Amino acid sequence: MPVTHEITLVVNGVARRAEVPARRLLSDCLRQDLGLTGTHVGCEHGVCGCCTVLLDGEPVRSCLTFAVTVDGREITTVEGLAGPDGMSAVQRAFAECHGLQCGFCTPGFLCTVTAFLRDNPAPTDEEVLEGISGNLCRCTGYQNIAKAVHRAAELLAEES
Amino acid sequence: MKPAPFEYHAPRDLGGALRALAEAGADGKVLAGGQSLIPLLNMRLAAPAHLIDINRVTELATLEARPDGVLVGALARHSEVERSPAAAAVQPLIAQALRLVAHPVIRNRGTVVGSLVHADPAAELPAVLSVLGGSVRLASVRHGARDLPAAEFFTGPMESALEPGELAVSAFFPALPERSGTAFHEVARRHGDYALAGVCALVTLDDDLMVSLARVACVGVGPVPMVVDVTGAAGRRPPATADWRAAARAVQEGVEPEQDIHATAAYREHLVGVLAERALREAAEGCR
Repeated sequence: MPVTHEITLVVNGVARRAEVPARRLLSDCLRQDLGLTGTHVGCEHGVCGCCTVLLDGEPVRSCLTFAVTVDGREITTVEGLAGPDGMSAVQRAFAECHGLQCGFCTPGFLCTVTAFLRDNPAPTDEEVLEGISGNLCRCTGYQNIAKAVHRAAELLAEES
Repeated sequence: MKPAPFEYHAPRDLGGALRALAEAGADGKVLAGGQSLIPLLNMRLAAPAHLIDINRVTELATLEARPDGVLVGALARHSEVERSPAAAAVQPLIAQALRLVAHPVIRNRGTVVGSLVHADPAAELPAVLSVLGGSVRLASVRHGARDLPAAEFFTGPMESALEPGELAVSAFFPALPERSGTAFHEVARRHGDYALAGVCALVTLDDDLMVSLARVACVGVGPVPMVVDVTGAAGRRPPATADWRAAARAVQEGVEPEQDIHATAAYREHLVGVLAERALREAAEGCR
């Protein structure tokens, strides 16, 4: 039997336990051990950004993080972005601006942009492009995604 | 694409990390940010028997901006160093380079010392350490601590002087001298990719505001960061009239670009010339 490690992750505000081998990637732990399939796995070497989640609030590649390394830490996945009143401002902006087509890359974009706008609530065009430069989309050509980031900034400003 | 199994060690202090590394010997690999190592593990280009995860060794999560330089601990993330106004005040070239390292999300996890140990000849931070004449502190149960200057640390593509059982505990980037400026320019196919070629420059003026030192380190055009001193070629003149074109030619003569699927050797040599002139001019204009 391979050695396993018992870990606890606080995922979207809920403490979740899992028993994982050390080589279990955080992305696979979320999807397979915890059943949270909103986090998508694209390239598995850090290029595509689909698997981006928030680790203690900071966006990271879950495919480049071992679950055991982040034992005890807080993770926010795309499932945790919506509030009690429904979709978050970032999610609504992506829907409104058609910032997605097939949706495969969307969870990564949503997590990245949520943290990006928290740190920079009124970004310039250039800052938006830099902010999303680590996420690949193969459908939209990015125009609508960039629009959605600006729209989300507006919605967030209206909310606060 | 999943990593091969390995034995996992999660030491809580430096002593524990060094003991685990000593026991693992050549079969051990250190995991810090993992942004270079985990892709290699996922693709099974590397399959170490032991992984020593230093993420709980909080004593290594240090960033000290001192008058003589910036001391970066092994767990200091790229993003933390990039955003530190104190570090930028002591040595601005570090943040100038970090903006070119991968993407913001990768920089949240990746570490400065990890980038140095990875020793990719196309990476920015080894060039920064080299042009500044910085050093890496290595520690092991067997040899204790030793400081290695950049020129001795980088030994080949993806190879450093780090021996089995050794941990790179910190890196030291010397402070910007008085009346000096720095710049980093590179060309990559996409923003955040490894550069086809890149040049970082350090220029220092003397009391009469003449160029007294002009040095570059180039990435992507040799097995290790290629450091070229172009003080003579630029001439002891004010920055505005120094011969930066001759300096750029001297840089081109000092590098050994190779051809690969991304670019020919001739194109890389051309790029290095253009980038060197740009970086040297900007560094000279920024002297303060």
